[in-house]
Amino acid sequence: MDLAAEVIDIEKDYLLGTVLVRALRGVTIQFPKGDFVAIMGSSGSGKSTLLNLLGALDRPTRGKYIIGGNDVSGMTDDDLSSIRNQLIGFIFQSYNLIPQYTVLENIEVPLHYRTGYPRIGVKERDWIEKLAEMVGLSDRMDHRPYQLSGGQQQRVAIARALVNNPEIILADEPTGNLDSATEHEIMEMLLRLNREGRTIIMVTHEPAVAKLAKRQIFMKDGVVAGEGIFPG
Amino acid sequence: MANLLRTIQLALKSLMLHKLRSGLTMLGIVFGVFSVIAMLAIGEGASQQAQQQVLKLGATNIIVRSVKPPRENASTTNSSQFVLRYGLKRTDYDLLSKTIPTVLQAVPIRELSKACRYRHRELNCRIVGCTPEYADMNYLALAQGRFISDKDRRDKSNVAVIASGTADILFQFEDPLGQSVKIADRRYTIVGVTKARDASAAIGGSMSGQEYNSDIYIPLETMRVRMGDLNMDRRQGSFSAEEWELNQITLKIASTEDVMPTADVIRESLKQFHKSPNDYAVVVPQELLKQAEQIRVIFNVVLGSIAAISLVVGGIGIMNIMLATVTERTREIGIRRALGAKQHDITMQFLTETIVLAGSGGLIGVGLGLLTPLAFAGMKQVADRFFFDGQAASEFSTMFRDMYPQVVPSSLPLAFGISVGIGIIFGLYPARSAARLDPIEALRHE
Ligand SMILES: Nc1ncnc2c1ncn2[C@@H]1O[C@H](COP(=O)(O)OP(=O)(O)O)[C@@H](O)[C@H]1O
Ligand SMILES: [Mg+2]
Repeated sequence: MDLAAEVIDIEKDYLLGTVLVRALRGVTIQFPKGDFVAIMGSSGSGKSTLLNLLGALDRPTRGKYIIGGNDVSGMTDDDLSSIRNQLIGFIFQSYNLIPQYTVLENIEVPLHYRTGYPRIGVKERDWIEKLAEMVGLSDRMDHRPYQLSGGQQQRVAIARALVNNPEIILADEPTGNLDSATEHEIMEMLLRLNREGRTIIMVTHEPAVAKLAKRQIFMKDGVVAGEGIFPG
Repeated sequence: MANLLRTIQLALKSLMLHKLRSGLTMLGIVFGVFSVIAMLAIGEGASQQAQQQVLKLGATNIIVRSVKPPRENASTTNSSQFVLRYGLKRTDYDLLSKTIPTVLQAVPIRELSKACRYRHRELNCRIVGCTPEYADMNYLALAQGRFISDKDRRDKSNVAVIASGTADILFQFEDPLGQSVKIADRRYTIVGVTKARDASAAIGGSMSGQEYNSDIYIPLETMRVRMGDLNMDRRQGSFSAEEWELNQITLKIASTEDVMPTADVIRESLKQFHKSPNDYAVVVPQELLKQAEQIRVIFNVVLGSIAAISLVVGGIGIMNIMLATVTERTREIGIRRALGAKQHDITMQFLTETIVLAGSGGLIGVGLGLLTPLAFAGMKQVADRFFFDGQAASEFSTMFRDMYPQVVPSSLPLAFGISVGIGIIFGLYPARSAARLDPIEALRHE
C-alpha cells in the first residue's frame, strides 16, 4: 500500500507552567494515498495537536512522522517549512486569509515560498486562474477578504491550499464557521479533490460532515479510541 | 531581482495599510536625513565662501597690517595731549621689501576716512594712499582713465582715482574725469574711475571686511605730504590724535610653498623693530584657509552629531512601530509560516518593510535637502521683510544673510545610505522576533 503519510507511536507533551500536558500519548495511523479521513473526538482530545503535527507545524516529542518518505522528527525548521510548502495544503476553520491582500494575491502566497524562489510566471498565473475558476471566484480576483462571504473566503483558502499542488490537504473544521448550504458546497469541493486523488485529513465535530469521509478516527485523551467506517 | 521588486511592492502594500502611521514614523528619518544634508550644505557653503575670500586676498600673499592697540590708561592721562603712535613704519616696508628674497613685490598703503566734496555733494570716503601695484593686487579694473602712476608718486601730484560707487554719488550724471574732488580742503584731479568690485569680507578677526566701492585712491607720497602721519579726530566730544605711517603692506611671495616660511621670517624680522608686539598683525590667507577648514571640520562634527541623534531617534521610532506591527500581524505571520515561509522569509519581509519605510523617509529627506539653498533664500526674504528691518538687523541676521548653503553631492547618497542603514539596524530586532514566533501560537493569536 502506497502511503501519503504515517505516524508511528507519536507523543506530544506540552509544558504548561510546571504542569506537563500529554496532548498525544502514542498515536499510530497510516494514511494511504487518496485517503479521506475525518478525525473526531471531544474537545481537548488532541485532534488539533495531531493535525498540527501532520502539517509539520511542529515536531513530535517522541515517535515518528513520515511524510513523502522522510521522517519529520529530525528535520530543521527550514525543512519543515519546505514540507509545508510543497507537500501540504492547509484549510483552517477561520479561513486565515491575509487581510491586506486581494484574492489573487492570497492564492499566490505559497508560490512565494517555493524552494529556490522561482519567478511567478505565466504558467503560474494560468494555474491560479484555473484554480479560481474551479472554486468559482474568477470574477473576484481583485476583491479583498472582507468583501467576501465566509464560504467565498474558504474557497479562496482551498484554492490557496492547492496552488503548490500538494499531496495532502489538512483541514481543521473547515466548515465550522459556515451555514449548512455553504458547508455542503465546501464538502463537495473536498470530495472532488479526493476523487482526483488527493489525500485529505479533516478534523470535524459534525457527524454529518464526518460521514462524507472514507473513514473516521475517534480520538480520546490523546490516543485513538476507535477507528472505522461511519458510524464505526 | 524580480523577487526583490515584488518584495518591495508587498512591503509597500503592508505599509499603505496604515498610511498615517507609516507617514508619521517616517518623519523622524525625513528630518534626520534632511538635517544631515542641510548641515553639510551650510558647512560647505561657509567653507567655499571662506576659500573664495581667501583667494581674493591672494593665496601667495602675506598681508601685514597695522593694528591700533587699545589705549592703555586712556582715562587717567590727559587724553587731549596724548598722541597714540603705532603701526607699520616706512622702515618696515623697506625691510620687508628689500631684505627677504622670496618677496616678489611689496605694496604699502595708508588709509584714512575723510569727507570728500564735489560741489555741494559730500561723501565719507576711504582715502587710500597707494602705489600703482595696488590696482592689480586688489583686482581693481578701470572703467575710465588710468590708475596712479609712478610719475604721480615722484611728483607727489594731486591726482585721485575714484571708485565707481564714489563716482556715482559725487558726480551722478557728470563725467568725473578731469574734475576735481575736495578732500580735507585740498583739490585732487580725477584721473581714473575703477569698476565696481565685490567686497572682501572680514576673515580671521585681524582683517576687517573691505568695501571697495566708496574708495578714493591717491599716491602714497601725496598723502604723506598733504595729510601727514598724524590724524586728529574729534569724536563724542573728546579729541584724539593718532600717528601711524602705513596701514598695510601686502607682500607677494614667489610661490605657494614659500608662503609659510616667509611668513615666519616676516614675523621674526618685525618683532625686532616693534616694542609693542600688538600694533601690527601678519595675516596669511593660506593659514586662514587652514583655519577655515578646521572650523568646518568641527562644525561638521558638531552638526553631524546632532543630525545623527535625530536619525537614531527616528530609528527608535521605527523600531517601536515595527514591534507593534509584528504583534498586530502575528496571525499573518502564522499563516505565512503554515504556507511554507521560512524564518528567513519572515525576517526579510519585515526587514524589507522597515527598510522601505526608512528608505522612503530618506528619499523625502534627500528631496528636502536638495531644497536647502532655496529654503535659505526664501527664509532670507521672509526675514528681511518681516523681522530684520532697519535697526533690528542683528548680529544673527547678518550671519544668516551671509550663509549660502551648498549641497554636497556626496552627502545625498550618504544620507540615503544612512537612512537605509538605520532601517536595517532598527528593523532587525522586530523582524527577528517576528520570525521566531511559534507558527502554531501565531496561528492561534487573537
Ligand atoms: N500549546 C499548548 N500548550 C499547552 N497545552 C496545549 C497546547 N496545545 C494543546 N494543548 C493541550 O493539549 C490537549 C489537546 O489539545 P487539542 O489538540 O487542541 O485538542 P482538540 O483540538 O481535540 O480540542 C488539550 O488539553 C490542550 O489544552
Ligand atoms: Mg481543536
